[in-house]
Amino acid sequence: MGDPEMTLACLPIGHRAQVVKVGAEGLTRNRLLDLGLVPSTVVEAVRKSPAGDPVAYKIRGAIIALRSEESRLVTVRPLA
Amino acid sequence: MGPVRDLIVAAIYDQARQIADQVVRRRGAEHDIDWKIDGIVTSKVFGYPLMLGLLGFIFWLTISGANYPSQLLSNLLFGFQDRLTAVCQWLNVPAWLHGVLVLGLYRGLAWVVSVMLPPMAIFFPLFTFLEDLGYLPRVAFNLDRLFKRAGAHGKQVLTMCMGFGCNAAGVTACRIIESPRERLIAVLTNNFVPCNGRFPLLITMSMVMLGAWAGHANSISAALCVAGAVVLGVLVTLFVSWFLSQTLLKGVPSTFTLELPAYRWPKIGTLLIRSVLDRTLFVLFRAVVVAAPAGALIWILANVHIGESSIIGHLGGRLQGFGHLLGLDGYIILAFLLGLPANELVIPILIMSYLSEGVMLELDSLEALRSLLVANGWTWLTALNMILFSLLHFPCGTTLLTIRKETQSTKWTLLAALLPTGVAIVVCFLVAQVVRLFGLV
Repeated sequence: MGDPEMTLACLPIGHRAQVVKVGAEGLTRNRLLDLGLVPSTVVEAVRKSPAGDPVAYKIRGAIIALRSEESRLVTVRPLA
Repeated sequence: MGPVRDLIVAAIYDQARQIADQVVRRRGAEHDIDWKIDGIVTSKVFGYPLMLGLLGFIFWLTISGANYPSQLLSNLLFGFQDRLTAVCQWLNVPAWLHGVLVLGLYRGLAWVVSVMLPPMAIFFPLFTFLEDLGYLPRVAFNLDRLFKRAGAHGKQVLTMCMGFGCNAAGVTACRIIESPRERLIAVLTNNFVPCNGRFPLLITMSMVMLGAWAGHANSISAALCVAGAVVLGVLVTLFVSWFLSQTLLKGVPSTFTLELPAYRWPKIGTLLIRSVLDRTLFVLFRAVVVAAPAGALIWILANVHIGESSIIGHLGGRLQGFGHLLGLDGYIILAFLLGLPANELVIPILIMSYLSEGVMLELDSLEALRSLLVANGWTWLTALNMILFSLLHFPCGTTLLTIRKETQSTKWTLLAALLPTGVAIVVCFLVAQVVRLFGLV
């Protein structure tokens, strides 16, 4: 568990990570929590849009696309 | 507060997962297939061409498939008009009343229904199919970057798709965009996507323009021309969205989350009922309340004479100078104004004005239409600007009413009418001046 923490936006495609903290506030925070992005949730970066942003993540079995503005606010710890 | 809430949400999700693990059986293969399909439809290489190809294919299918049923329906409905006339004669109904009711109201109604219904009946099921299949969210995923730059939401592309069917339906669909600002942008710009009511005009004008310009026109080159108009509409949408987000609706983009649901094969039965029956009834209702009274009014304007010519003749003459500035003429401007209740009526009104006839008409062949237009001073510039004006001008009456209902604001409704009209006037003016400056017509 000694891996460095990073933002979800930096997670490379195909890699998985565990949510540490959701830093967003207000409406954005509500929406991210609604999606199941709570601490200890495992998230996988699935694919990028052809334009590079947004990125689709696998969150609890659902595929959800987030813009970098949102994924930057989520702190994760990469899993091997 | 924050940590407690996180704990509560985490506990809820944990419990949900435990229940799901007990009762849901998963087959691994399904997600693999989804993953592979997404690998193609959202790839850098195939993503955009596939989208454009599908769009073109749906247009082509709608255009070529609607021809025959449209003809059938119009024969049927206009045939019934003769019966109505016979009944009126038998009852000794005065000529003016027969004119208003049968030649105006009923004819307007028959027109809108026969032009509008068949393409809708093809288009909506096709789009509902893509929607139910799960493809449309991928389109939003592919295009979000573009919309983000314009200060808009990726889901706007879905409301625009709906707008191809009907702008009023597109405006209602804007409810799926959560943020008020992006929603308003989507509402105000939906009209730049040409609806089914405007497609016949775009197609006819494309044929006229290509015929006059390149000497020949077929359904494929006309489809390409219409697709070009659509692409232009999308570019204008992005530009106006950007403009609105920088000025009237300035602020940061809202939060963006978009689910990419698993692909499912749609249930065809439900799909057909939902898309055909619901929309069919919607269109019929719309035609009755909006187009029929418009038909009656137009008949009155065309048949009440002041001095030498009808009211339409007078109004057309008044608008001549303004029309000419835009590369159009007075009758075209008038036809667009009178066509406010329903865009389908623009060409019939125009033909009626040119022929100085008392009833809305359609010509038997494209050739007949082309010679009539040329006899009235048309060039390919007129046809081109007709396409541009139709693409960019004010939304129809139904759409404006829907915008009023959705925004609850007269101010935004007014803007929704004036903004596109301004864009249409500026674009047509510039095109006309440039073409004339270089002596291209």
